[in-house]
Amino acid sequence: MSAPKPPLTPALLARTLAAWVVTLVIFFPLGWLVLTAFKTELQAISVPPLLFFTPTLENFTEVQARSDYLLYAMNSLITSVVSTLLGLAIAAPAAYSMAFFRSKWTRDVLMWMLSTKMMPAVGALVPIYVLAQTAGLLDTRLALIIVFTLSNLPIMVWMLYSAFKDIPHEILEAARMDGATLWQEFRRVLLPLAMGGLFSTGLLCLVLAWNEAFWSLNLSSAKAGTLAALIASYSSPEGLFWAKLSCASFMAIAPIVVFGWFSQKQLVQGLTFGAVK
Amino acid sequence: MAFLELKGVEKFFGEQRAIKGIDLTIEKGEFVVFVGPSGCGKSTLLRLIAGLEAVNGGSISLEGRDITSLPSSKRDLAMVFQSYALYPHMTVYDNMSFALMLAKVDPATIREKVEKVAKILNLEPYLKRTPKELSGGQRQRVAIGRAIVRSPKVFLFDEPLSNLDAALRGQTRVEIAKLHRELGATTIYVTHDQVEAMTLAHRVVVLRDGRVEQVGTPLELYYRPNSQFVAQFIGTPQMNMVSGPDVAQFSTGLDVPVPPGGFIGLRPESLTLGAPGSGQLRARVELVEALGAETLVYVSTESGTQLVARQNNARDLPRVGDAVGVQVDRSTAHLFDSQGKVVAAPAR
Repeated sequence: MSAPKPPLTPALLARTLAAWVVTLVIFFPLGWLVLTAFKTELQAISVPPLLFFTPTLENFTEVQARSDYLLYAMNSLITSVVSTLLGLAIAAPAAYSMAFFRSKWTRDVLMWMLSTKMMPAVGALVPIYVLAQTAGLLDTRLALIIVFTLSNLPIMVWMLYSAFKDIPHEILEAARMDGATLWQEFRRVLLPLAMGGLFSTGLLCLVLAWNEAFWSLNLSSAKAGTLAALIASYSSPEGLFWAKLSCASFMAIAPIVVFGWFSQKQLVQGLTFGAVK
Repeated sequence: MAFLELKGVEKFFGEQRAIKGIDLTIEKGEFVVFVGPSGCGKSTLLRLIAGLEAVNGGSISLEGRDITSLPSSKRDLAMVFQSYALYPHMTVYDNMSFALMLAKVDPATIREKVEKVAKILNLEPYLKRTPKELSGGQRQRVAIGRAIVRSPKVFLFDEPLSNLDAALRGQTRVEIAKLHRELGATTIYVTHDQVEAMTLAHRVVVLRDGRVEQVGTPLELYYRPNSQFVAQFIGTPQMNMVSGPDVAQFSTGLDVPVPPGGFIGLRPESLTLGAPGSGQLRARVELVEALGAETLVYVSTESGTQLVARQNNARDLPRVGDAVGVQVDRSTAHLFDSQGKVVAAPAR
């Protein structure tokens, strides 16, 4: 049984229109990017812009031929997956101790961790660049993995902290009374109960690491460059190639958009942790 | 040698001294109940014994072994929590077998033990269900079963019945008493309900503000409370306390004089109501609670003291507003000084 349709009032009409306008404004650049990816360079810069044209796939072969899309995609995949797993491995015990063994400093530590996210990344560029250089890690996946992990860590700890806090402390105490060691308590009771939270935290950080551009552009180039670096390589020096740039962007964001589409339920759940009891 | 021994146990929460030097010995097979008003430290004391809170002073030993700083997992105690604290992601069978599995008992033995306990607790049809598919009473039984399966040295119960409705509470109380008789396991049971304390315990420990107020069998506490606090905490309705001008009316004929500022304590059953002018006091009926087998009559004396009398005859009950005479059985009077310490108690 469906709910009866509300009568069409001017107010409802206005709201519906406004919603459509906002949606289109947000969607337009992305839609245009997808369209341009299938145009020739000439069509891409034509004035007035073309809405109807014969699509071509030449940009895709060109991008793959010119700059080895698969290498960049592999770099993106490895850096985001490894940094997410590594981050979860560090954040979960941290969140555990903060959620279940609170001290009077817990709140401050959490706030401090989050505050590091407020700092502009460029503020840490020079020291981190020098560190990477000295350690011989420039343009390596390892450098990106370390930086992605550290920069996502505050969010991961916060999200897992909220997820763990929803688990009654007594269940963990029961496990302790049952003779569980710390590891057994963690592995057999806490993690299974927090699976949803772990999953959505992982998803979000995977997306964040995949989309990360600042550090990948500054710390990597040809060898360890991620898809963000690929897109950037189609802009400045050789002049703007709109169609190829769009195509590269399209190929860079497509996997994560598809991925996000299928996991949106978990993502939303993760972002609203603790918001509703 | 005591089975479980607490010596000068202290617990601080920040600046607050929650447990103030408790000494207690519990014998093997004993059923001990910690009772007291909320905030008296009874749950904290249980958690200290369980190892779920760190002891800040004193020591705890079990079978002569010091367990003060041993982690919970190594103490071989089992606990039943107020919220049951079942593992929501495991079936009833897995919940009950978890401890044995951690202890690496072989699967055949685990199956045998779990099935035996499930039979005792009538949980056999539910072994494959998860906790959320069970009713509150069934969850409670799983929580108890989880504790029994392990045959621990001591069972700890933390207000296990407070989430059940009245009927189920009474029924489960009887089951716990029966279980204890069958298993003979040492049990420590925390409750704020003095009826549970009276019906289950071999010995009751009354706690107040982090201190032991009195330890004794249920009837010792009822008949020989050593303070006004225990006297009024044990027994429903509460013991009547007569103070001020009414004391003189009662005190004639007592062997021990009432100290200045003191109280006389009278159980509701030691008051008899009669026609106005009879007895030692005149009073007016304020409320009548007919409970069937007995009736509670609440009266107010001329000087304003509230008293409650337990009457066994259902006939000739006074009505609200009636003037009555209160006859007191002096031989049952408890005398307390102005600090609430007992001065004299009736001989039994």
